[in-house]
Formats: sequence, structure tokens, C-alpha cells
Amino acid sequence: MIFLRLILTNLSRHRIRTAISVAGIAFAVAAMLTVVTILQGAVGMFSSLLSADSQIVVFERNVADLFFSSVPQSAIDAIPTWTLVEHANPVLFGIVASPTQPIITCFGVTATDTRLTRATWVAGSDAAFRTAGQGAGGSNGADSVVLGERAAEFLHAQLHSTIALGNGHFTVDGILRTRNGFEDGGVFMPLATAQRFFHKQGIASVVTVKLRHASDAAAFKARMQREFPTLIALEDQEFNNTYSQFKILKATAWAVGLAGVLMGGLGVANTMIMSVFTRIREIAILRVNGFSPIQLTALILGEAAVVSFTGSVVGLGTGALAVMVLKSVPMLHGYVDATMSPGLLLAVAVLAIGTGIAGALYPAAYAMRVRPVEALRFE
Amino acid sequence: MNSSMPVGKATPNEPILRAEGLTKAYENGAIPVLHGVSLEVYPQQTVALCGPSGCGKSTLLHLLGGLDSPDSGEIVVRGQPLRPGRMVQTMLRHHVGFVFQLHNLLPDLTLTENCLIPTVAAGVPRAEAMERLHQLADRTGLSHRLQQRIQKLSGGERQRTALCRALMNRPSILLADEPTGALDEATSRQIFALLLELVDREGITLVMATHDRALAARCDRLLEMHDGKMMDSAGSGARTAG
Repeated sequence: MIFLRLILTNLSRHRIRTAISVAGIAFAVAAMLTVVTILQGAVGMFSSLLSADSQIVVFERNVADLFFSSVPQSAIDAIPTWTLVEHANPVLFGIVASPTQPIITCFGVTATDTRLTRATWVAGSDAAFRTAGQGAGGSNGADSVVLGERAAEFLHAQLHSTIALGNGHFTVDGILRTRNGFEDGGVFMPLATAQRFFHKQGIASVVTVKLRHASDAAAFKARMQREFPTLIALEDQEFNNTYSQFKILKATAWAVGLAGVLMGGLGVANTMIMSVFTRIREIAILRVNGFSPIQLTALILGEAAVVSFTGSVVGLGTGALAVMVLKSVPMLHGYVDATMSPGLLLAVAVLAIGTGIAGALYPAAYAMRVRPVEALRFE
Repeated sequence: MNSSMPVGKATPNEPILRAEGLTKAYENGAIPVLHGVSLEVYPQQTVALCGPSGCGKSTLLHLLGGLDSPDSGEIVVRGQPLRPGRMVQTMLRHHVGFVFQLHNLLPDLTLTENCLIPTVAAGVPRAEAMERLHQLADRTGLSHRLQQRIQKLSGGERQRTALCRALMNRPSILLADEPTGALDEATSRQIFALLLELVDREGITLVMATHDRALAARCDRLLEMHDGKMMDSAGSGARTAG
């Protein structure tokens, strides 16, 4: 009890200094939580984009980014015919710019793609995908596209309006709403149109495959290996765990968050150093009254733990609030995954508290070395 | 508290505290303070160290209490040579109490909390510690001030609190460095009387540095120091049992 009282007394003695340290940890934790949550959300979205009503993703072996993957027409044609397969959807990814937007993701898909069949149609329909198939013009003769709802907003497009993408002009034949932020901010083209527009005739970036029986995954992969050795088939979870872009995103999220927490930890270290240096005489008094170096260390680390714990609690609350606010921003619709797992919260809190305590190790070591007889002369 | 004493036991005929040829200098030997000081203190004696400022009284007390190490010489406490480290820690927790000229209390804590610090260090159960505190507070007239912060206590009350704190773990030796030096004369007399009463009642050995010869005269022995040397000894050591 007295031990805790000593800890709290020491912290309350310099309330502003303590509050700044708590705020440092809190901001770090909030930043980490927000960054990790947003990037995990992005990864989750991209992953769900690939796994929409499918179990397996087929793409070119040894490519770092799916945008550079080339699945040949022979595979696009063959895979849906295999008896193991219930359906297979080729998708061509592309990036274009418009006069107002530097980056817009394009999806070249077929009419049977679940992205279209399961979407909520805000305006228009997927007729262009059914009829044109091969890129026939829209109502004014230009190629037809369907826009995600958010893409329609930032492109200021309406049904039947014409939009400029890259070097081409397209007629908006539909606007759809999906739960996926990437798709909502994207442009859907008939596969043939996309292949022509991106100069990738006969190519898809990926083929998403749904098997008749999930247990046939191994057999499907074996057949892929046999018949298309330049391609690779991965089950969704397998893909999520191995795709290098996901790894980079996750690593970036944790690295950025960790940097923030380390900054917070340095704040705690600074506070504890100041705290110890201004309490040399007090530390000497404790030593004279029998406190061991270990007990003094526990005292200093206890103070750091209280600061870090309080900062973590405040930071988790602030971070959760920030994520909720970001989630409600229309521009970020679908980009923020607001589900914060207990594991993530625990990891962030443990990291922050651990860093804070680590920051107090030097001050604690200094306190252990205080020689009472010299410190008692210290006024 | 004194029942488990890893540091040896003194018998009435043996000194509880013995120093042999202590030397000490500061600033890498540039400032010599003690020159071969020796003394023996027997259980339950009250010993006054007198001498002018800078003669080495405080340094000697610090060495005897293990707060500092001599450059040469030996200190034996309760029959065992004093070694830095764990032994000093054990001694400070169980066998030696310190009272300083400046009370050295923690100003943000209450009287009770200050007095409980040594018991926390020694791991004394709280109930036992509180019982001891009430006992000492009764004897020192501080019972009504237990929850007061140190800042609100008078100089005399603060020194009485420091005395209580020093005695919380029932030490067998009390080292007092000018315990009344910062008090007015009347308060000084009161505190010293209280100090003598407590050490007498609890059977504690007292070694006290003081300028005040009138106070020193009330101790069993008076040791005179000058320029880091022990000059002579007055008093018979009458309280040495046996």
C-alpha cells in the first residue's frame, strides 16, 4: 500500500510532466491502433476482393504484385471446364488516371462475376457486360463501364454520362454499391474492354475459382501444377499469409506503430530520468531506511508502468474513437475495418507498457547506484 | 523484528559496535577526514561524539552505519565485520536506525506513511507495523498527528517523527547525527529527553554526534574528536552491562 502510495505520490508531484508522458503514450497507442486497423482493413478488403465467392486464387507464379500477373487465355478457358470447378472468374486489374484522380483501380470482369451479380445497383445495370462482352459501345458509342458508388462521387459521374479514363472515354452504364472499399472506389469494365484498354489481350491478372467440393483443393492445385506450371493456385488463407504485398502492408503498419510507441517510450524515459534526478535525496532516504536496490528499481519501474498503463488505456480509447470517426468518413467508406480484435488491443497495450517500462530501466539503474551518504548531502 | 538477526549477536561483555583504525578521505585522498579512528561501544550505552564542525563526526557515523565505506580499517557490528552490500542492507533494515539533523522525511507523505517506510523495506506485516507505530506515537506525543502531512508539522514534531521512523523496526543501535541541531533550545531539550527515554526503555545503543556539550554530558560516554582523530574519552561506560 505504501509502495503504491509512493508511486502515486511521485507521479502526482509533477502532474504536468506526468500528464505529458501519459499523453505521449496515449498518442502513440492511438496512432498504432489506427494505422494497424486501417492497413489491416485494407489487407482484408483486398483479400475479400479476391475471395469473393471463391476458395482459390490462380495467378502467375513468382510475381510480386498481382497487377503484373498474367494468366493466359488458355488457362482462362480451361479452368472453368474442369469437373472439380463449380465456377471460375477471370479478373484483370489495371490502374488508370482521370483528369481529377491520379489513381483509379479498374477491374476487367465477366458478366458472371459475383462482384456484379451480388452488388446493389444504385443506377443502371450490368447489361453492357452481358451484351457487349467484347467491348461494344455504350449509349453514345463509347465503351461502357460500371462505377463503384464512391468512384461515381469522386468522378462526378452519373448514369449515361461520359468519363475520361487514361486516353479513352467511357459511358457510365451503371453505378453499384459493394461492401468493399476498393470495389466501391473502382471502375468495372467488361473483361475484353479492359484487355484491349490495358493492351493485355487474352490475359487476366487472376482467376478466382470456386470448387464443387472444398476438399478438392489439393487435387486442383496438383492439376494446375501439371498443366500450367507457370501459374500457381493458392487457397484464400494461404494467399493471405504468403502474398508479399500483404506482408509489406502488415509490416509497414506495425513498423509505423512501433515507431510511435518507441517515441512514447522515450517520453516516459525522459520523465523518469527527470523524476529520478530530482529525487536523489529522497532515494537516499529510502536507502537509509532499508530499501534495497531491487525495491528502488521496482518503485521506478512501477511509476513507469502506471504512466504507460494509463497512457495505453487512454490511447486505446482514443484510437477506437478515431477509427470509428474514420469509418464514418464517406471518402474512406469500406477502407477502415473497425473490428479490433482483443489480440490486437492486447498486443498494442503490451507493446506500449513494455516500451514504457523499458524506458525506465536506465533511470532505475541510476537510482540503484545512488550512494546515500553523498545524496544526503545533496540539497 | 529483532528475532531473526542474520547479523551476529552481541553479548553484554562484548562491544555491539567496534571500529578499528578507520581512515577516510574524499576527493581521491585530497581531503582526509578520519585518521585511524578506533572505538568500542557496548550494548545499551549512550555515546556522544563531540568536536568542532568538520572534525569527522558525521563521517564516522556514516561509516558505522554502513552508509559509506572506510578507506582502511574495520568495523564490527554485533560481532561480525561489516561488509558492503547485502549485510549493510540487512543492518539498515533490522539493526541500525538513523536520525539526522535535517529530519529527512518525505514531505508529500503523511506522518504514518513516512514511519511505515522502514517496515515496507523490511517486509513487516502492516498490522504489526501499525501496532508499533501507535506505540511509538503514544510515547512521542504524535498520536493526534498521524494523518498529517509532514509539511504541516512543526520542527519538533518532524524530528519526533524521524525518531519514530528510526525506531520502527526495533533497531539495537541508533545513530544520531546532530539530532537537535536544527531546533530551538527548548525543543532541543525536549527531543533529547525523549531520545534518551526511548533508547533507555527499548534497550537501544545510542551513538550521537553533537555540538551541544550540555546534551553530550547526559550520555554515558563522551568521545572527543578533533581533525579526524579520537582525542579522549570521558565517562566510565557505566551502562555497559556486566
